[in-house]
Amino acid sequence: MAVTLDQTIAQKQHTLLTRVFASQTFWVVIAVILACLFLSIATDSFATTKNLYNITRNITFVAIVALGMTFVIITGGIDLSVGSVLCLCSMVLAVTMHAGYGIEIGIAAAIATALIIGAFNGILIAYLGFPPFVVTLGMLSIARSLAMVASNNTVVFQFGPDHDKLLALGGGAFVFGIANPVLYMILLALITGFVLRWTKFGRHIFAIGGNEHAATLTGVPVRQIKVAVYMISALAAGLAGIIQTGWLGAVTTNLGNGMELQVIAATVIGGANLAGGMGTAFGAVVGAALIEVIRNSLGLLGINAFWQGVFIGGAILMAVLFDRLRNFRRNE
Amino acid sequence: MPVLELANISKHFGAIQAVNDVSLSIEAGQVVGLMGDNGAGKSTLVKMIAGNFRPSHGTMQMDGKELILHKPVEARQHGIEIVHQDLALCNNLTAAANVYLGRELRRGVGPFRILDYAAMYKRAGQIFAVLKSETRPRDLVKQMSGGQRQAVAIARTMLSQAKIVLMDEPTAAISVRQVAEVLNLIRHLRDQGIAVVLISHRMPDVFDVADRVIVMRRGRKVADKTIASSSPEEVTGLITGAIEQV
Repeated sequence: MAVTLDQTIAQKQHTLLTRVFASQTFWVVIAVILACLFLSIATDSFATTKNLYNITRNITFVAIVALGMTFVIITGGIDLSVGSVLCLCSMVLAVTMHAGYGIEIGIAAAIATALIIGAFNGILIAYLGFPPFVVTLGMLSIARSLAMVASNNTVVFQFGPDHDKLLALGGGAFVFGIANPVLYMILLALITGFVLRWTKFGRHIFAIGGNEHAATLTGVPVRQIKVAVYMISALAAGLAGIIQTGWLGAVTTNLGNGMELQVIAATVIGGANLAGGMGTAFGAVVGAALIEVIRNSLGLLGINAFWQGVFIGGAILMAVLFDRLRNFRRNE
Repeated sequence: MPVLELANISKHFGAIQAVNDVSLSIEAGQVVGLMGDNGAGKSTLVKMIAGNFRPSHGTMQMDGKELILHKPVEARQHGIEIVHQDLALCNNLTAAANVYLGRELRRGVGPFRILDYAAMYKRAGQIFAVLKSETRPRDLVKQMSGGQRQAVAIARTMLSQAKIVLMDEPTAAISVRQVAEVLNLIRHLRDQGIAVVLISHRMPDVFDVADRVIVMRRGRKVADKTIASSSPEEVTGLITGAIEQV
């Protein structure tokens, strides 16, 4: 039977199922589930309410920052400053509240700080053509230094009149005993997923990562969008900083040290491509989850904590290896 | 009445005269081959029509009205579309997403507007059907053949009411079979009443699909005649300068 042109055009090459099986995120989810099942059987301490509460809460800080990082990585950029920005925003919040201002002003100051830093990064990258790696590496140093200046390198643990509100915001569990940070993470992940899939802005982010020149030629406002993604990344780091401050109840200038690498690892494990053009909100969260489950399991299984880096590094390489294998198969 | 009419157009960059006193007119539903050696002024001429450059002298008219372009977006608003030599496609997006890149369809109210996937797939599919191209709107461009990629780039020009499509070397680096596919796409554009300006180095393609050929050499128009009244040998002579002018 002859196939008409219209039938060919209307044909869908991928069903939902084949698309799911072809996605890296799906296999990472399987890995997380298998690891959890194994740990539930192999140890008594994994599937306890307390441990699960700990794990889910620990995932959140990396995951929230990774959600912001996903935007940047999809455009083909990178933001190395997130750990330091998280610390600076925490410190701005802490110092402001310590000085006697309310929680609203503290949070507003922290968010404003994040947005200014993000805009600074973005403008240097988009309008002056600086490489993202260099700009954000510089900001990594600057932001942490500013945090030290702001606090005179002390630990801040008294947050003025709204002290208890802040601790409830970050450390409490307003709904069904789910830790608050987890709720924020779920909310932010849903927003991120929506923006990436359903908005023009999200579409343009993918276009820039796929072919920046093409995006420019077709009238996509490339520069403005690039500034926006670095602002989003810094904002995510700032929000994570605010939440983490409430959870820890104290801020040191060490907060978020080296976090950028964990965050980038989470995004990459979740299926984002550092060359740009690929990434999902769900992937960022799942990537963060896999890292945390590995960390947690090593402790529970009694494996020396020094091995942690080997396992997390292995997970990154496995994730990328999987992606390579798929590409080899396609190219054959 | 011609769709586009150029009268005594010149463009110089400092002391360099890139285009020198060129006049030409293009009719609807006509394919015009624009030929010339590298540096003959083809690109500069096309970039003035596309709104990238402003002419130093001379005027352009579209449908009898004077056309002054400050930037490429304005050319597009006037119905002048360009298919870039590198096609300007994003490999990581679907065919439909590429067709609509920069002019995405959305539904919803006010600020709460979301991408209208269904409408974009449907319309892109209709355009591919008009172009008689076996291109699936949902497929990623990275998996496509050269001919399909051309179809995606050309489909972009058909979103709005294009009057003129400028194509920069569309058959430069693709296989023989795909060249035939692209030439067919050009014929389908022409059948829609669209004027096509085909910039090409490939003599067989121009003689295959064009109605008219314009030859440029050193910034000047040295020939403008129907394909029927010319020959590849003559055009080659005009390009190289062996034949001065006809």
